[in-house]
Amino acid sequence: MSIRFNFGGDEHIFGEVSEEMSLTSFFTGLSMTNAVRTAGIRGVTEICPANASFQIRFNPDIVKPQDLLSELKSMEEAASKSDPVLKTRIIELPVYFQDPWTRETCLRFRERHQDPSSTDLEYSARINGYATVEEFIEAYSGQPWFVSMVGFVAGLPFLYQMVERKKQIQAPKYLRPRTDTPKLTIGHGGCFAAIYSVRGAGGYQMYGITPAPIYDPTRKVRYLADDMCLFKPGDIVKFKAIGRDDYDATLEEIEANRWQPTVRECTFSLKDFNSDIYGTNAKLMELINGR
Amino acid sequence: MAVKVISPGLSTSVQDLGRPGHYHVGIPEGGGMDRFATRIANLLVGNDPGAAVLEATFMGPELEFTQSAVVAVTGGELPPKLNGEERSTWESFPVKAGDRLSFGFLKGGARAYLAVSGGIDVPVVLGSRSTYILGALGGHQGRTLKAGDELPLGESSGKAGLSLPANLRRARNSPAELRMLPGIYWHRITEAAGNRFFEETWKVAPEADRIGYRFRGGTPLEFVEREQPFGAGSDPSNIVDACYPYGSVQVPSGTEPIVLHRDAVSGGGYMMLGVVISADMDLIAQLQPHTPARFVPVTLEDALAARTEQRAALARAEGHLAG
Repeated sequence: MSIRFNFGGDEHIFGEVSEEMSLTSFFTGLSMTNAVRTAGIRGVTEICPANASFQIRFNPDIVKPQDLLSELKSMEEAASKSDPVLKTRIIELPVYFQDPWTRETCLRFRERHQDPSSTDLEYSARINGYATVEEFIEAYSGQPWFVSMVGFVAGLPFLYQMVERKKQIQAPKYLRPRTDTPKLTIGHGGCFAAIYSVRGAGGYQMYGITPAPIYDPTRKVRYLADDMCLFKPGDIVKFKAIGRDDYDATLEEIEANRWQPTVRECTFSLKDFNSDIYGTNAKLMELINGR
Repeated sequence: MAVKVISPGLSTSVQDLGRPGHYHVGIPEGGGMDRFATRIANLLVGNDPGAAVLEATFMGPELEFTQSAVVAVTGGELPPKLNGEERSTWESFPVKAGDRLSFGFLKGGARAYLAVSGGIDVPVVLGSRSTYILGALGGHQGRTLKAGDELPLGESSGKAGLSLPANLRRARNSPAELRMLPGIYWHRITEAAGNRFFEETWKVAPEADRIGYRFRGGTPLEFVEREQPFGAGSDPSNIVDACYPYGSVQVPSGTEPIVLHRDAVSGGGYMMLGVVISADMDLIAQLQPHTPARFVPVTLEDALAARTEQRAALARAEGHLAG
């Protein structure tokens, strides 16, 4: 597998690791962007990992585009060969699935959906082979997810579930995008989950809502005082399904600025993961459950 | 020590030269969409070229000054009026406490830049005073201006009477020609579709803002057939969500190209045909809806030559103002 490099105008280099999504491709992209950051190349202004690709922005008045491209190519072998071990963190995020707000929004935009007679959850459970919405939520919140990209808008994570491909949940986007999505909605499109950091337009299926802010431009939320965005590419996220009472109680704590998510440092080895997916996940989840 | 907003115009926000470095968490660079106009407005009033200015879209605000200052309006031809009396664009002039600045109808371009001596002194967030409206970040309370807002000004004596002659500004042609380096997912469309994309004349759609400019009027693209890769989505224009370069030309469902601008969404799941070169980003900022435009393919060498030429043009303008 070799990275397909392309100039994006005179200020960007776009690198596609693979056309399709996989954790291996994500890790190659992340290794490349980490290598570029470590190299501290003069003239590089933005280093952006994505799901199965990445992008480097540069100032061509400082670094010649062809020189930068050669330098990136020289890093490729090391990045794709390395046994990826990532020092990262696992974050537990409470999610109120089947909440009244995403449900109300979902009903308001029914004519833009593939199946106007079902809710987004009923539809997604059915097309993914789950007998009930509850079983679907169980699968959704039972195994952790990788933050494979942050973007679209400020602080919005794209999440890829850490399960084998045949267990990956997939769902199409709405036929026509909605003009509204509640803030902090958990959505799903293609094989990716996303958390809408701000209220706005959106095309992902809507499953639930988290009480926890993930982006705070005012930096008043205690755990967003240093970094206004909670998530970084490479973070691991575990959804914890909660009900209305827990949601309300957590929201009250957040409003009093007493709450913060459970976050634990961890190490992730792609090799260990590939040889024992659920064993690796269980160890990761112990870190947040054994508090 | 302030500028009072009497009426805000259509969409007026505080902008400077932007905040690079946070695109990997989805926060775009932002800043004045027309960088040349932003810099020159500042230089005309004796500011640093990166001081914060007001960017007014299609329609100007009405403002009242509570102190004397020097102001200049550049960019689109949005004629300023001081206490009702028309003044020239691209020329600095003094204002006194109690003076009102309003604007006539837009005669050309799309966005005007108002610099005030001392600069608009809103708090610096992540290294910039620019307003990122989608993320409610920076600028004045993270949003476009409203009637009743008061904007603080920085300290400066300012200097009036400077002007930039027309021959030192960039001319606007019709149709607008947007030079673009084809690439990224160009291979997803057929050769015939690619040729047609460059041959046809497009028109700016009403959906044109700081995030991006949509174009319509051309023929829908034909895609090269393939089985969609895992995770990409079912539409032939879908890709596994990737980063979007500034200036990138995405074509959702193959129908209407969107060129991302300074407040770009940082990534998503639509294929891109390539990227408009850095030297033509300012040009896009001055396109009104319904303006005809063409995309012109260039090489990387052409793009770099255009960039050098643009820098030289800026240097000539700066040289003139430094006098």
